[in-house]
Amino acid sequence: MKRYLLSIFHPDGPPPPAPVLDKIMRDVAQVRSDMQTAGVWVFAGGLCPPSTATVLRQRDGQLLTFDGPFAEGKEHLGGFTIIEAPDLDAALAWGRRLALAVTLPVEVRPFQDERPS
Amino acid sequence: MTDASREAIERVFRREYAPTVAVLTRLLGDIDAAEEAVQDAFAAALQHWPKTGIPPSPAAWITTTARHRAIDAHRRAVKGPRFHEQPDAVHAPAAPLNEEASVRDDCLRMIFTCCHPALSADAQVALTLRLVGGLTTGEVARAFFVPEATMAQRLVRAKGKIRDAAIPYRLPVADELPQRLGAVLAVVYLVFNEGHSPSRGAELVRGELCDEALRLAGALAELLPDEPEVIGLRALLLLIDSRRLARVDEAGRPVLLADQDRTLWNARQIATGHDLVRRCLAWNRPGPYQIQAAIQAVHADAPTAARTDWRQILQLYDQLLALAPTPVVAMNRAVAVAELRGPRAALPLLDALPPTGDHRLAAIRAELLRRDGQSEAARAAYDEALARVGNDAERAFLQRRRASL
Repeated sequence: MKRYLLSIFHPDGPPPPAPVLDKIMRDVAQVRSDMQTAGVWVFAGGLCPPSTATVLRQRDGQLLTFDGPFAEGKEHLGGFTIIEAPDLDAALAWGRRLALAVTLPVEVRPFQDERPS
Repeated sequence: MTDASREAIERVFRREYAPTVAVLTRLLGDIDAAEEAVQDAFAAALQHWPKTGIPPSPAAWITTTARHRAIDAHRRAVKGPRFHEQPDAVHAPAAPLNEEASVRDDCLRMIFTCCHPALSADAQVALTLRLVGGLTTGEVARAFFVPEATMAQRLVRAKGKIRDAAIPYRLPVADELPQRLGAVLAVVYLVFNEGHSPSRGAELVRGELCDEALRLAGALAELLPDEPEVIGLRALLLLIDSRRLARVDEAGRPVLLADQDRTLWNARQIATGHDLVRRCLAWNRPGPYQIQAAIQAVHADAPTAARTDWRQILQLYDQLLALAPTPVVAMNRAVAVAELRGPRAALPLLDALPPTGDHRLAAIRAELLRRDGQSEAARAAYDEALARVGNDAERAFLQRRRASL
């Protein structure tokens, strides 16, 4: 089994109005529950907005603390789900369901294989 | 004893490269390992075949030898994670190597893996040329007009994604077949189009790419003989390609369809194309490639340009536009409208189309404006086409047309 990170990209700006958001939350909960039933779900979480982020960066031998997200853009990582799947096609099938539920772009990316020690 | 010179051995490996890599990819669970193993088998063949002659079934010899080499390599140095992943794959009992059906399925698996929608279109074409067509990396690089090192990198990256993201090596199930097959056919068509009308370079036709696309289309038709669109694509390519000799004059300049010497058309290809189109009609499951093939069949039927059945062509374009409402189809349909009802009926259709990246829309507009006697506007359209054209011979042609206004 391989692990895949399903990242959800949010556009910057305010969230959609409550009725829209409520439906999205219900749909996402359903996908999550289906993932758990299928035994593919590993972990998932939604993130607070990028304005709450803090960046630590080493510079001239010193570790400095910065306010703000690492990268500024028009979109940001809003949340993610980690699943286990036999191959990319299986992972993409779950990714598709998630993308339809959140109505936002979803990036499917494999984890590196853990090297045998 | 068979002649087993180095050249003969190279020829055998070139012919058997794609099927043996396809079989070994299933056995070893990794494309790179399969390619390395076939490379090792080549070195072994260079040693043995000059003494023994080329074996009666070279593919089986290569696969068996390559598989043993891979197992040896695995035993000598357990390297990298890939064999940890699937040790069973290496030690699996020998597959029935001679079973044609099994090799056939592996070739199909490889095609669908190379044309997986998670890979970029460029990567799909490059992988298909290399792993399905059996072209060398250098040949694939020339197809793309990039240095060999660049293409090698691109192939490494694409194969890396197949391995790391675990793009599966399997046949699509029935309900995903149409979509997955569409991607495969698109890749073959893309290769053909780059051969038939090269987007860049000096040559007007790159015959080696047309030949490769025809080979791929033929192989697909053999692998999937009951898929109408597969047969339709093969018919389409055969019919378009039948005019290859007539499309270019002695000076390497393009000759328009209407001005071509039809005795130069390849009658054998046309006959095969017609047979395939008839087979498609009998299925009665029309698709874009089949309809385009039918349009080309109508052209092929016309003894002279003047006797072309444009009415039937326009009907087919109407059908095609309903199935595949793309600007390119609409553009080609407008040409048929111009032939039937004159340029003035067709020009508004062209004007309604979104601007395209290439020169064709502007070039067609220029020709229709010329026919309508609008020299000034035609000149401007030729200028626009010239600004977009990438192929040297096409550019020279457009310049001549513009100058002759």
